[in-house]
Amino acid sequence: MSATANPAAVEDVQPAIESRKGLLRRELLRNPQAIFGLTILGIFVLIALLSPVLLSQDPKTKVGSVFEPPGSAHVLGTDGGGADMLALLVGGAPVSLIVGFAAAAVSALIGGAVGLLSGFFGGKTDVALMRLTDYVIVIPDVPLMIVVAALFGRSLTNIILIIGAIYWTTTARLIRAQVKSVRERVYVKRARALGAGNTRLIGRHILPQVAPLLIANTVLLVAYAIFAETFITFLGLGDPSLVSWGRLIENAFTDDAILNNAWWAIVTPGLCVTIVILGCTMTGQAMEDALNPRLRVGHLSVKRFRLRPLAGRLDSE
Amino acid sequence: MTGFDYVGKRVLFAALTVFVAITLNFVLFRTLSGDALSALRCRQCTAQFKEYQRHELGLDKSKWVQYRMYLADLSHGNLGKSLRSEQSVTNELWPSIKNTIPMVALGTFFSIVLGIIVGVITAWRRGTFVDRAGLYSGLGFYSMPPQWLGLLMVLFVAGALGLPTSGIKDPTLGILGDASTWDVLVDRLRHMVLPALTLGLVLYGEYALIVRSSMLETLGEDYVLTARAKGLSNWAIVWRHGLRNALLPIVTLVALSLGYVIAGTITIEYVFSYPGVGLAVVEAIDQRDYPILQGAFLLLTLSVIVFNLVADLLYFKLDPRVQT
Repeated sequence: MSATANPAAVEDVQPAIESRKGLLRRELLRNPQAIFGLTILGIFVLIALLSPVLLSQDPKTKVGSVFEPPGSAHVLGTDGGGADMLALLVGGAPVSLIVGFAAAAVSALIGGAVGLLSGFFGGKTDVALMRLTDYVIVIPDVPLMIVVAALFGRSLTNIILIIGAIYWTTTARLIRAQVKSVRERVYVKRARALGAGNTRLIGRHILPQVAPLLIANTVLLVAYAIFAETFITFLGLGDPSLVSWGRLIENAFTDDAILNNAWWAIVTPGLCVTIVILGCTMTGQAMEDALNPRLRVGHLSVKRFRLRPLAGRLDSE
Repeated sequence: MTGFDYVGKRVLFAALTVFVAITLNFVLFRTLSGDALSALRCRQCTAQFKEYQRHELGLDKSKWVQYRMYLADLSHGNLGKSLRSEQSVTNELWPSIKNTIPMVALGTFFSIVLGIIVGVITAWRRGTFVDRAGLYSGLGFYSMPPQWLGLLMVLFVAGALGLPTSGIKDPTLGILGDASTWDVLVDRLRHMVLPALTLGLVLYGEYALIVRSSMLETLGEDYVLTARAKGLSNWAIVWRHGLRNALLPIVTLVALSLGYVIAGTITIEYVFSYPGVGLAVVEAIDQRDYPILQGAFLLLTLSVIVFNLVADLLYFKLDPRVQT
């Protein structure tokens, strides 16, 4: 092996990455679930990006009477403060999505780093980091978020950091397993034999192989994070100065939208949350499935199961 | 590795985790929160009262001494006193715990029954419209924030079914003459249905997916083929040969998720004003009553650890092939 090896051989990892990315794109475009999820996400991200343009004034401005039902003036009615629901939903989109994406990014960063170090170096580092992960997994996430949010104070940054600091465990385990398998591949061993340092091995050979999986996992984490934000905000621990979908649900509850029978104030923000979470889950699962064919059988993912011929197992074994 | 080793290892890990959880609980509340008392909100909380409380709680001592005091108190089952009511945390939380357990049990029961039914049907009719409808509805409910689903229940379901939407008992019950035990029981159940149903719907999707994949695996086994060859009815194949073996992962999954379920009831109880642990947590946040919050957090963490251990041991008992 070492006889034929030359610096150029290190580079032949390039086609492998390309094909992996290409595979991901191919698989995703063939999968209706992924297309559906990506479309939903795209639409909402677009709304969030355009919200400063779409909104002529602060969405919280009182423009009508309290709990005005949907009509020609206000398509989705008004909330308990007389503000237009549609404006509030558009204004809440960037906040909810920022929390979702930023918290997921924090979480992917921690989880990715822990998984990489643990899987790449093995030994004592691995044992220590995985023990830490085991402990964090057992701590119930929701109460911990509540406690930390209650203790640290109510701000968007805090919420993002709290959510990010709790949800990294699954990412870390997933990445660790993947890194462990990549590390043993021949081209990595060859690069090491040629004298590549740890930084180069990780940056050039391992990270590109693991990155797509990390991204898929991050998309799933976005769903968790948006979910968690509605949770924290509902308990009155959200950022008091900002409008998010979670806050709209909370407002509807505390302003007695139920007693006023104002279904429009309750249903719409929750529907936005549900649809975005659904979009993230579908996209993330489809990406994970495409990248990890082993998960396709007996996995939890929602997808059509190929009819398995009853005798098929005998052939394959 | 022998079975004894496995059990011992799991128990040891659980014990260590309990210790870590207790320490985390201490660190979070004592070190990071700075001074819990300065944030306390209540009418009789004057500066003098706070000073007295600070001394009483040992907050003027070093952190290390405080930690040792905390551990010593815990070993006597003493979780401290509520800042607001001066009652011990255990006394304050106990009635809430007694209210939460039956509600969570009912909700879990809902979700297991629904999950098994949907899971079995979708696995049996795999690839059909029924399959997709079952799966996507499960995924849909799974994506809904529980508090929102609770509000929808109050808005659309409670009226139609004539169910109460808040509290745990009818305040007028027993005022006009004595209420029989039966009446009280029915009243309790009626108040429990909506929160439990909300919890059940949020959870069932996950269970259904696992039952489905587990069933699909089992239905591909040779003994199912044998059962079919013997001419058994579909019913017998699914229930006696399929589900029985497919239930193994489900049993452990339920045990595993139970701890998280209790934690997840927080917002549901808040929506329905159901006086359980969740509502106690919400009230404690509102009043900045940190000892109660700390006690509830420790309780929830311990329940997760215990259920995790139960799941591990149950899995070992049910499936002796487990080696690690």
